[in-house]
Amino acid sequence: MSALRLANITKSFGAIHALTDVSLAIEPGEVVGLMGDNGAGKSTLVKVIAGNFAPTSGELFLSERRVEFHKPLDAQRAGIEVVYQDLAICNNLSAASNVFLGRELTRQIGPFQIIDYAGMRNRAAELFARLKSETRPRDLVKRMSGGQRQAVAIARTLLSDASIVLMDEPTAAISVRQVAEVLNLIRHLRDHGIAVVLISHRMPDVFEVADKIAVLRRGRLVASKKAADSSAEEVTGLITGAIEMA
Amino acid sequence: MSQTNSITDVIDQSEHRGALSRLASHQTFWVFMAALLACLALSMLTDTFASERNLFNVSRNFAFVGIIALGMTAVIASGGIDLSVGSTVVLSAMTVAVLMSSGMPIWVGIPAALLVSVGVGLVNGALIAYAGMPPFVVTLGMLSVARSLAMVLSNNKMIYEFGPDHAVLLGLGGGSTFGLPNPLIVLAALAVLTGFLFKWTRWGQHIFAMGGNEQAAKLTGIAVRQLKVSVYVFSAVTAGLTGILEVGWLGGVTTNLGQAMELSVIAAAVIGGANLAGGVGTAFGAVVGALLIEVIRNSLILLGISTFWQGAFVGSFIVIAVAFDRFRNARSSD
Repeated sequence: MSALRLANITKSFGAIHALTDVSLAIEPGEVVGLMGDNGAGKSTLVKVIAGNFAPTSGELFLSERRVEFHKPLDAQRAGIEVVYQDLAICNNLSAASNVFLGRELTRQIGPFQIIDYAGMRNRAAELFARLKSETRPRDLVKRMSGGQRQAVAIARTLLSDASIVLMDEPTAAISVRQVAEVLNLIRHLRDHGIAVVLISHRMPDVFEVADKIAVLRRGRLVASKKAADSSAEEVTGLITGAIEMA
Repeated sequence: MSQTNSITDVIDQSEHRGALSRLASHQTFWVFMAALLACLALSMLTDTFASERNLFNVSRNFAFVGIIALGMTAVIASGGIDLSVGSTVVLSAMTVAVLMSSGMPIWVGIPAALLVSVGVGLVNGALIAYAGMPPFVVTLGMLSVARSLAMVLSNNKMIYEFGPDHAVLLGLGGGSTFGLPNPLIVLAALAVLTGFLFKWTRWGQHIFAMGGNEQAAKLTGIAVRQLKVSVYVFSAVTAGLTGILEVGWLGGVTTNLGQAMELSVIAAAVIGGANLAGGVGTAFGAVVGALLIEVIRNSLILLGISTFWQGAFVGSFIVIAVAFDRFRNARSSD
């Protein structure tokens, strides 16, 4: 049973067809590398899945149940989390506070709902341990490496028991060592049975972790095949249009 | 297993990273030390500073700026600014004065003044959060509008008769309880409350999150707009409260009350560690910042230095406090 299935998704903005007839299935615990040139429709596709845009036509299925998202919160409630390129974390707060941002744990003391810092720290430490990350819950995000910041953003997705995680260019602006860290985080998510959609321009990163490669060109899905059966040359050809379809 | 062990160890270590070294890493700590040092020096250099009468005056004077600095810290921490607080002080003071001088009891006057302040905050907040206008512009407009309304309300006359509850109002702002001036008690209570709200409630957490990264706060589902409105209402209420207390202390009110006060208040918040870029600030810092400003002011008078120098000293302290913080951050981020 697919974690997520897109059936004939089309999205147009007026006369512009951003996505045309995209059908794609993603299994639980599968990492899909979504590739394509700038303007090929990657971001639009992610926004459709994340509930930012409603598709013009076509359907979305989660575990084979048809879903419709009217706003990002709908998608979040259904178990879809997005790790944004700029990470959407607050530098001035601790790692634990960031993990719990917007859904802080509280304790009842008399008439007051006070924040349960100890509970949040312990829970965050558990999540970082699950991710095999050395991120410390108390540390300010400001003082963290790019890889640790990714761990914070990804721990958020574990917290909400997401079944699908969308990652927009997680390795775009970090050092080589940190890229390895992030790719490890992705493997941990996969090992927890979470489906990951990885959007990236960096071919080696995608081939390192992806089980499946999906290529968009001018809003059409021109390939969706096992990474093992493909190659960087083929994908480059598909992205540029040198290879029509695979 | 060893992995989890090492992580808990690390948490323990950071938890026990001496209270002193944590303290010393805060700007507030150093400002507090500066204020303390100034007080010590003054008690030795002059025999008037440590006198009960002078301390009473100092504490009452700084209470007014301190109370609003608490509200201002919330606004600054959220990433905004409120220039209208000085005008809100006079509008609130004038509301209570006009109502009471017309014979209304104090229990009508004070709630009405606070209600007017809430109104000011709502207008500020709504224009900033829902119309998306810059806080600087909106509150600059309100600075002008609120003072003008106070003039209209009073016909620009001084009011010094407050009807049947005259003595109660004067006692509230000018009197003292257990030997402490009432405004100081209000400041202490409000500082504790604000500190609690900042640190232990979701409201406080979300203010700092919004000030740190508004986009992130929005993406995680925090109701950023309502939060903004609440922050400006909070700030306006602290100003309104100060207005009521100041009327009682002065025993009369004119329309130039609270003029340019927003600058002292912002200075107090910034000296106390609030970062105008948002996301940083503490309640204790706001109080300490206000204290330092008042101690400087008072010391210049006691040392016989011309009051014309006040601005130079306070201004230098703002720059020094912020520069100090910059240096420290630049060093620790290496």
